[in-house]
Amino acid sequence: MSEPLVRIASQAISLPDPNVDTDIIFPARFLLKIDRDGMADCLFHDRRFDADGVLQEAFPFNRPDRQTAQFLVAGPGFGCGSSREQAVWALTDWGIRVVIAPDFGDIFSGNAAKNGLLLIRMDAGRTAALAAKAERGAIFSVDVPARRFTVDNEEVCRLDLSDAMAEAFIEGWEEIDVILNREREHIASFEAGHRSRQPWLFANE
Amino acid sequence: MNAPRTLYEKLWDSHVVRPMSDDTALLYVDRHLLHEVSTPQSFVALDKRGCGVHRPAANLAVPDHSVPTRHRDRPIADPQARAQAARLVENVERYGIPFIPLDDIRQGIVHVMGPEQGFTLPGMTLACGDSHTTTHGAFGTLAFGVGASECGIVMAAQALVQRKARTMAVRIEGSLPPGVGAKDVALAFIARVGVNGAVGHAIEYMGPVVRGFSMEARMTLCNMAIEAGARVALVAPDDVTFDWLKGRPMAPQGDLWEQAVSCWRSLPSDENAAFDREVTLDAGEIAPHVTWGTSPEDTIAIDQPVPDPAAVMDEQRRGRLQRALAYMDLEPGKPIEGTPVDMVFIGSCTNGRLVDLEAAADVVRGRRVAPHVQALVVPGSGLVKRAAEEKGLDRIFIEAGFEWREAGCSMCVAMNEDRLKPGQRCASTSNRNFEGRQGRGGRTHLLSPAMAAAAAITGTLTDIRKLEAMS
Repeated sequence: MSEPLVRIASQAISLPDPNVDTDIIFPARFLLKIDRDGMADCLFHDRRFDADGVLQEAFPFNRPDRQTAQFLVAGPGFGCGSSREQAVWALTDWGIRVVIAPDFGDIFSGNAAKNGLLLIRMDAGRTAALAAKAERGAIFSVDVPARRFTVDNEEVCRLDLSDAMAEAFIEGWEEIDVILNREREHIASFEAGHRSRQPWLFANE
Repeated sequence: MNAPRTLYEKLWDSHVVRPMSDDTALLYVDRHLLHEVSTPQSFVALDKRGCGVHRPAANLAVPDHSVPTRHRDRPIADPQARAQAARLVENVERYGIPFIPLDDIRQGIVHVMGPEQGFTLPGMTLACGDSHTTTHGAFGTLAFGVGASECGIVMAAQALVQRKARTMAVRIEGSLPPGVGAKDVALAFIARVGVNGAVGHAIEYMGPVVRGFSMEARMTLCNMAIEAGARVALVAPDDVTFDWLKGRPMAPQGDLWEQAVSCWRSLPSDENAAFDREVTLDAGEIAPHVTWGTSPEDTIAIDQPVPDPAAVMDEQRRGRLQRALAYMDLEPGKPIEGTPVDMVFIGSCTNGRLVDLEAAADVVRGRRVAPHVQALVVPGSGLVKRAAEEKGLDRIFIEAGFEWREAGCSMCVAMNEDRLKPGQRCASTSNRNFEGRQGRGGRTHLLSPAMAAAAAITGTLTDIRKLEAMS
């Protein structure tokens, strides 16, 4: 189970830099961990702390009044680069549940969906306007069952979620369980046909 | 008459288990490559559910990312890396997954080892917990990087829910000038479209230059597609592909081989198949490239000056470029050529194959590494290393002052002890120049193997064409 996402409201962090890659979100040296503990400690580690471990107060994630923020307004290309799912685990472990940006790295985007991290795509102009509101301390909220995204009670946009996706967020379902519960027969039947069409793919079994 | 289809569409259609929505489907995944870093948590997901691995023989595991490139006769010194490598061994043994251990000659970077073994084949789908899985698309394989959750799903169910990509044809017309190769084409393409230029797209590289490329050059090209945002890159399989694969240990044999090749010949995009986007590069205009900043799109020809952010109108972008220049300690308007380097790294899934080492050795032969430079050659696999040694390349490198290491990802991802120190500058044949990528505070310049070798010799970023003219 990932943490269900139904209705949340909080202030937002603004991080407008373009192309924030997953190496910045989660530096590679921490990938040596073989579990998912302490992910939040690694989040943006080399931006939050300097080489001597001194906290960098100017970095948005270090603002004392944003420590309970659940929303992040980011720049274009957020999450590009490496496939490391730790980038998503670190964001959710820190408390971020929704990221708004013009676009996202494709693999990051797939990883987010599997961990209850909601991504909202919005053009650069509207993202910049939201970043300004985030700076001012506006209250961001999402209501997944109603597909609503509001800032200071004003609707920004409808959430573009299929029923199945909304259900997964609300129930905290993990995709592996959905596939194992619902798709096994479909997969077995496809596999039988595939084996006869391309037998060389099964030659080593 | 069926509508003409692209290679990507044929691969997609032949693997759809069932459509899930307008643009997503449950897709059958034929093969999965595993390494030590992206899978420990995937196995925890399997353990927790008590579900087995659906088809163990559809998987192949190897340690590569965090393994040391020296002292392989000793236990791994870093306790965390040692524990991670040991965990991979435990996991593959428990689930019966085929495994290539660290002391096996076949050990190497997943994207070098997989094709080398014939585990990667045209027409199949392949997933791996690594973004550079685009590499395998060089064979006409629908290959894409996934996160740890998806690694677990592939092992348990042999299928993944995927979004169908839009298609992008990238034509490379004309012919490449001397001193210019696949890495320069890859960098020139990224500079042209930007790091998000191909997000949501499956690229198909085509045209006379790609047809003339070796499999190794095609792999270099596809490898870097993710740096333009594309999760999938493809080259249509042809006789170059089949000749390269035939007889590989895991490639089909005998009648099955003939049957497979005849199927693979139907894969290339149909004439008149429509792509959502088309980009054309004129090969004749591509010069040796080098990155100056902290994103692969921060790429210029070696004879160009460092760009000036003041000329950029967009405020966010200007800020990013200024930050990149400060991080890289470069001045706008100055030539990039002649910038002194401390380290040279030749290797990685981008440029760690035999042809890459040959290209570097051709530059190095009879010359010496500049006294202030540490230079590493890290072959992409044990088999690449052995083949290079059989050709005497190790002697050329060692006599010039290079270190000749064991296979692995090494300084491309800096998870082992091969790391830059803060402020060090590296000419690197790898794929990412992100802040801290090769070690916290380290500065990376991406370039081709020949250009990296030239930088090692002169001790500065050097135009390979001038160095060649001198000799």
